[in-house]
Parts: sequence; C-alpha cells; structure tokens
Amino acid sequence: MSSLAMPAPEAATLARRAEIVAALRAIVPGEGTVDHETGMRPYETDGLTAYRQMPFVVVLPETVEQVAAVLRYCHENNIRVVPRGAGTSLSGGALPLADAVLLSMMRFNRILDIDFDNRTATVQPGVTNLAVTQAVAHAGFYYAPDPSSQIACSIGGNVAENSGGVHCLKYGLTTNNVLGLEVVTIEGEVLRFGGKHLDQEGYDWLAFMVGSEGLLGVVTEVTVRILRSPETARAVLIGFPDAEDAGRCVAAIIAAGIIPGGMEMMDRPAIHAAEDFVHAGYPRDVDALLIVELDGPQVEVDHLLGEVERIGRAHGATHCRVSESEEERATFWAGRKAAFPAVGRISPDYMCMDGTIPRRELPTVLKRMAELSQKHGLRVANVFHAGDGNLHPLILFDANEPGELDRAEAFGADILRLCVEVGGCLTGEHGVGVEKRDLMDAMFSEDDLKQQQRVKCAFDAGHLLNPGKVFPTLHRCAELGRMHVHHGQLPFPDIPRF
Amino acid sequence: MESTLTPRTAGEVRDAVAWAVSAREPLRVIGGGTKASVAPPIQTGHTLTLAGLSGIVAYEPEELVLTLKPGTPMAEVTAALDEANQMLAFEPPSFAPLLGSSGTATFGGTFGTNFAGPRRLTAGAVRDHMLGVEAVSGRGETFKAGGRVVKNVTGYDLARALAGSWGTLAVATLLTVKVLPRPETEATVVLDGLAAEAAVGAMAQAMGSSADVSGAAHLPADVAAIVPDAKGAATLLRLEGFGPSVASRRAMLEGLLKSHGPRLLEREASAALWPKVRDATPFVGTDGAVWRCSVAPTMGPRVAAALPTGSRVMFDWAGGLLLVETPAVGDAGAAALREAIRRAGGGHATLLRAPPAVRAAVPTFQPTATGIAALAGRLRQAFDPEGILNPGQLGR
Ligand SMILES: Cc1cc2nc3c(=O)[nH]c(=O)nc-3n(C[C@H](O)[C@H](O)[C@H](O)COP(=O)(O)OP(=O)(O)OC[C@H]3O[C@@H](n4cnc5c(N)ncnc54)[C@H](O)[C@@H]3O)c2cc1C
Repeated sequence: MSSLAMPAPEAATLARRAEIVAALRAIVPGEGTVDHETGMRPYETDGLTAYRQMPFVVVLPETVEQVAAVLRYCHENNIRVVPRGAGTSLSGGALPLADAVLLSMMRFNRILDIDFDNRTATVQPGVTNLAVTQAVAHAGFYYAPDPSSQIACSIGGNVAENSGGVHCLKYGLTTNNVLGLEVVTIEGEVLRFGGKHLDQEGYDWLAFMVGSEGLLGVVTEVTVRILRSPETARAVLIGFPDAEDAGRCVAAIIAAGIIPGGMEMMDRPAIHAAEDFVHAGYPRDVDALLIVELDGPQVEVDHLLGEVERIGRAHGATHCRVSESEEERATFWAGRKAAFPAVGRISPDYMCMDGTIPRRELPTVLKRMAELSQKHGLRVANVFHAGDGNLHPLILFDANEPGELDRAEAFGADILRLCVEVGGCLTGEHGVGVEKRDLMDAMFSEDDLKQQQRVKCAFDAGHLLNPGKVFPTLHRCAELGRMHVHHGQLPFPDIPRF
Repeated sequence: MESTLTPRTAGEVRDAVAWAVSAREPLRVIGGGTKASVAPPIQTGHTLTLAGLSGIVAYEPEELVLTLKPGTPMAEVTAALDEANQMLAFEPPSFAPLLGSSGTATFGGTFGTNFAGPRRLTAGAVRDHMLGVEAVSGRGETFKAGGRVVKNVTGYDLARALAGSWGTLAVATLLTVKVLPRPETEATVVLDGLAAEAAVGAMAQAMGSSADVSGAAHLPADVAAIVPDAKGAATLLRLEGFGPSVASRRAMLEGLLKSHGPRLLEREASAALWPKVRDATPFVGTDGAVWRCSVAPTMGPRVAAALPTGSRVMFDWAGGLLLVETPAVGDAGAAALREAIRRAGGGHATLLRAPPAVRAAVPTFQPTATGIAALAGRLRQAFDPEGILNPGQLGR
C-alpha cells in the first residue's frame, strides 16, 4: 500500500500544531482533545488495517455546538477534518491524514427519541447499529439494516457508507431506512433534513448525504424507521454440487415472486473454513451452499419454505435442510456470520473485497475468479449476498511473505474490474474510501467524476472534509465550475426541429 | 424565437442543452407534460420534450431491474411489468385526471416528481427504487451515476438524489429502476365510522403489528363514497402477498381491531379501491385547490384540523400523507396549512392544483429554511450554473 498517495500535508497546518491543539482544547476541553501519541494510537487505522497514519490531533466532541465550533474553526483556518465513527470501515474511509483533525463521533451515544406510533427512532450518530434494535426490541420492533459488524459499527458510519446487511434484500439499505438527519456543514452551520415524515420536497438531501463517506458534512443526529419484527423466521440450507445450478436456483426463487428475508451463498473454500470453525452442520461435499431465510407469518413461511425447497431440488440440489428451531436457525447463520474470522484462521491475512454483479453473471465470475486465483498464485474464498448480487471474495495471503500483499491487491483490483466489466460495480456496501479510489475510472468517466465533485463543491468548496477519499484526482472547485461555452454558436442549425 | 425541441437520442439532448447554454435561453423540460400545471410556469419560449426519447432498453425480470428512456409512457412500463408479474413497488399515482391534463404520463415525469402512492408507506418512494441514471447537466455535459445492480455505493448516490428535482439539475436520458414481484393476491380490512384521531390510532396499531400492512388510509365521510358500502368514514388496511399469508394476516388484523367491527373487501373490490385513493379520485373534476402534504403520521389529524372550512381531506400513509381539497379562494389555506405543518414538527405541503389567481399568490412548494436554500442554490450552481433547466420551477 506503498502506492497509496494521499493529499500532501499542509506545511502551514503542521507548523501551527500547538496553537491549533490549544484552540481545539478551548472548544472541547479535557480528555475531549487528544494530542499525545498513546492516546491517538487507536485511531491510526480503521477496518482496513493495511493503511496506517497517526492523526494530527483527535477531538471527541459531545454536543452539536462543539461540533459546529470545531468545524467553523477548521474552516476558518483551512484545516482538514476526517470524521470517524467506530472505525470499522473496510475501505479506509476513516483513515487519518497527517495534517487533519480526526473528529470522533463516538461520544454522541444517546438514544434521543423512540416513537412507536410513528415507527421511528432518533439517535445520535455514535450509537451502535445493534443498540438501535436493542432499544426497541422490548416492544417487538427492530431496525432492519444489519451489517455483520452491527455490534460495533455506528449509525453515523452506516449513514456515511450506506451500509447493508443480510436483511437488505427485503428491507432495503440504510438509505431506504433513514428519514431524517441533522448535519453540521464544514462552515459550522447546523442543517436539518427530513424528519419523521416521508419524503422531502425540493432536493433530496438525504440521498446526497447517505453514502457520502464523510465528504459532505458531519452527521450529528439520525432518524430511522423501525419495523415490527416478523412473527417468525426459518432458514433452509441448500447444497449444490455445481455453483452454476446454485446461481440459477437463486434466479428461479426470485422469478417465482419470492423475496426472502435473506439469501446468502458460500463457495466450497468458504463452506469448509466456516464448518471447521463453528460446526454449523454445513455439507462438505458441495460446491455451493445457499442459506435462504423466509420471514413473516407462520403460514407464509411454511408455504414459501416448501416452494424454495421444491425449486432447489429442481435445480439439482443434493442437500436440503430446514431449520426446525430458533437454535438451529441461529446455527445455520453462525457459519455464515463467522465466515471472515473462519477464513482468518486458515490464512495469516485476508483481504475482503466487495463488488456487485448482475446475478446471472455469477457462474462466469466464479470461473474467471478461479483463473485469476491461478494467475496471482493466491487462494480465494467467496461469500455472497446472492439475492442482491453483492460478492465478498476473501483473498488469502501472508503479509510477511515479500510481495504477497502487492499480489493480493492486484488480484483484488482485477476482481473489481471484472465486476464492472460484467455490468456490476466496484463496491456494494463497503464504500470507496481509499481502497477503491484509484479504481473509480474503471467505472466512471472523467466527466462523471467531475460532476460528482461539483456536488462536493456545493457542500465543501475547500475540500476540507475527508480529502483523499473516494476521488482519484482532486480538482479545485473554481476549475470545476468553469464553463466552456461555444458562444452564440448553434452546434447544428436545425436544432429546434428535431 | 419559439420552439419545441424533441430530441431522439441522448446526444441530441446534450446538443440541445449546449445550444441553450450558449444562447442563454432557458428550457422548459417536460416528459409527457401531465404535471406541467403543478410547478410554476417558466418564462421561456423553448420547450425540451422527452417524448421522443422513449422505450424500454433492457428488462430482466430475474434481476429485478428495468432500464428505460425517460419518455417511455407509464402505460408501456406497466404493460411490460404485468407480463412478468412484476410492478413498480412505489405505486405511482396517475394524477392526469385530477390535474385535468391530457398528455401521456411518462417514467421521466414520475422520476422528476418522486410522487409515490399508498405502498410508499412500506416499500419506499420512486427514489428508493432508482439504481442508475445517465443525464445531461445544465452545463450541457453528459454524466452517469449508479449502475444496473441493486446494491451499489460507488460514488454519490445521484440516481436517487436527482429523483424529485423537477428537472432543475439535469435532464435524465436513461434510467435504471428496481422492480419487484407483484403480490399474488390482496384484500382490504375496512373499519367504518372512525373519527380521524381514532383512525390514526387504529392504523398505528395495525402498522405496529406483524400483519405487514401495505396500505393504510382513512377516508372521512365526505370522501368515503369510493368505498363499497361505506357507512360514514372508512379506514382501510390493505394486505398483499401469497394467498395463505393474506388469509392468516387478515385474521390476525381482524382480531387486533375487533372492537372497531372490521369488515373485509376481497381481492377485486380491494384492487379497484386503492387506485382511487392513490389518484385522489374524490377530487377529480371539482373546483377546489388540491394539496399533497407529508407529515409524521400521528400529526395528520392535527394538521387537517387547521384547514379552512369547506376543505376535504383524504389520509394515506397511516395518516402521514394528506391529500387535501380546499376552497380555491384567497391563498387556498396555504398559510394555515404550512404553519400547522411547521408546528407538527415539519413536513411539507405541495400545491397540486389551483386556479391561476391562487397560483399567482401561493408558492407551489413549502418555502425552505434559509441555510438549506443557500445550499440548494450552490447545488443548482453545481449542475446548472446558467439556470437553463426549468428555472424557478422549484421555487428558486
Ligand atoms: C467484521 C466486519 C464486518 C462488516 N460487515 C459489513 C456488512 O455486512 N455490511 C456493510 O455494509 N458493512 C460491513 N462492514 C463495514 C463497516 O462496518 C461499515 O461500513 C460501517 O457502517 C462503518 O461504521 P463505523 O461507525 O465503523 O464508521 P467508520 O469506519 O468510523 O467511518 C466510516 C466512514 O464514515 C464516516 N463517518 C463516520 N461517522 C460519521 C459521521 N457522524 N458523520 C459523517 N461521516 C461519518 C467516516 O469519515 C468514514 O468515511 C464490516 C466491517 C467489519 C470490520
């Protein structure tokens, strides 16, 4: 990751460190401003641990006023800011910069309002994803998007990354479940978008903010929709000797009008790693395993399980097992949920990729991935949100072997280019961050990226918020705003008549 | 010079906008023009219609993805989806009869307005189903965002963000939208004679149950004639899905709401009723002004109480969507309505239909807070610095 170029630190900022720390400490006193090495060490990386950088200074505000004052100060003094939640980003979204204030939002940890009649919860951004569900579970409600990192990751981070989870196939991503936000702009202005009502009039600020990876504003409050938990849920394991058949089975389930609560796939290496680790009862003699979960009223679940089993058999399934108890259902999932650590056990290091493909391309992609694995001389295991085409290839390598990290990165980049080539995208849920930044031109033209950056300019014309993330090249806003007009020239004279 | 530009390709759209930029001539951008009466009129002689940029480009039912050009008539979209037993889950309304407009509703117009119907409550609005867009900005440049897969966080989510922007940021030339299987069957549980407050309570109870209600509306007595055998007000709870599931959830709901004396509309009656709720049929052909308001569901009755006498209101989205008819005099209740919404914790009121005198006096859209208005101005700069695309359409 030697190759990763980050924006050059501002010498003027570096030179004024003592003064800047003092000014920040005046805004966020005591332990809220951290400038010594041991205190800052935990912030030097996020879930993408291959990249590390000590922050310039860490600030942990507790109130919106403090956030606004910090941002206003940074704006006035041309100081960069990297917002951070729980630091579980897998794309390096929260990677510090040598000259940037690291703004941790983890002291914003209060649940502000739960409104069962309107089915909303309003929370501060540092509340963990799981804590939202825990706060409403007593009344039979839950918050649907459930990233595997849900015990740790923050709602603010979920908003910034538009995070997904197993249940997103049926219940939507973060963006489909956020109703309102309070956001502080880099100028220190506090804005409120949306609320407890559905849809905004005028521009859809929630759509701009969700998935903006900390580049547009700092989220200080989030209103999400909560749902009544389904009456029951059951899962079925379906094993196939041939991964292509598994892919066709997924398509057939959807073609039958069934949208399962979750539909996950694992390939042979992932099945074996998971089975060895948690003994979930997965069959070892299959090339692909589907976990399909149906949720809803008992009769619906029973009815659909029958349908899914029938479709599975018709597509050559050799193994079919329906969960007969809550415990058994949990066991089925335990293997899938532990897939990452399970792979971590069989390899000194692994790298988790995150591309999406049209589902029909799965057989082709698996085949070409096997070829790439040969070419790069590294093993790969696949877990897959099969229902929505989101692929998580886990590349196995050993960072202590010279050159393996570089090879793993090259392999990863090849996989993501392959995803784009077959009509998919670079990232389904983990975000671009620094990890996929330099691959953006595989998917977008220069003009596409410039238009995206003009949006950035509307929010943060000085590129102070999280610079170096998402965009491979930073263009100055003045340059982006320039228009090239053919003065008075009609490009072709008959235009009004087409 | 007056003209109507009817480009047939994305390249021609780009040329048209580039010409408008160079000539500093604003463009009125329309799909089929059925909702043209909603937004304020634009002072320009040049109309860019997308009617010539029409057709489904790719539809793969098994991928749940549909790619189409903006001028595609909604009827064509529905027909194609019907054939594969699928649907646009956001249940787009057909407001043409309400607005008294002729013309053909297009997908582009649905995208540009982000108007969704009853199922929005659980399935999301147009924006929630948008996956990708190719467009021409007001700079006369082509760009794309998103893609053709359902899960994609690569770059800002502009396909979603451009929905509901009323053509003021960019002209979409190709759109990809997520589609869903159509439910096998449906039924509606009806509660008769409830007052608005009680109805909203019952709807909250139903939405908070595991009955998985896909439509929750309350029609006070003066708009309830569309409901078969209405006895005064009617509160409607729709269940959709597989046959056995609907039957079981219906029993659950009837048990839960037993004290209100629930009765049932079977499949055909239910399917015939909801489009009338969706399209505000009770207000078709009347003289009143018509509003579309969104507030927190429990606040619906409170906002309705602030309406001028002689108003009628339909509550959808469990009480959160108010389709309102007010007498078309003075400001048609604008000030009272918008103040009530502000006091109710926020939301908005859009003036859908009004005679010219009211239109002249009342902004179509709820005025925005100052900070947001400034940001909106900068966003406009980012896409359309010369103010070429539908200037003034969103009230700025
Ligand atoms: C084991 C593991 C499993 C995972 N599984 C999934 C999964 O199933 N699905 C999935 O989608 N992701 C998954 N992730 C990725 C990660 O958990 C998510 O991206 C998560 O949303 C990040 O949240 P965070 O609080 O850790 O954010 P951070 O990592 O701290 O930050 C992420 C980004 O958000 C920005 N940010 C954080 N807070 C704010 C704020 N308040 N305002 C503005 N910007 C902010 C940061 O600048 C950064 O760009 C997984 C990660 C791990 C380690």
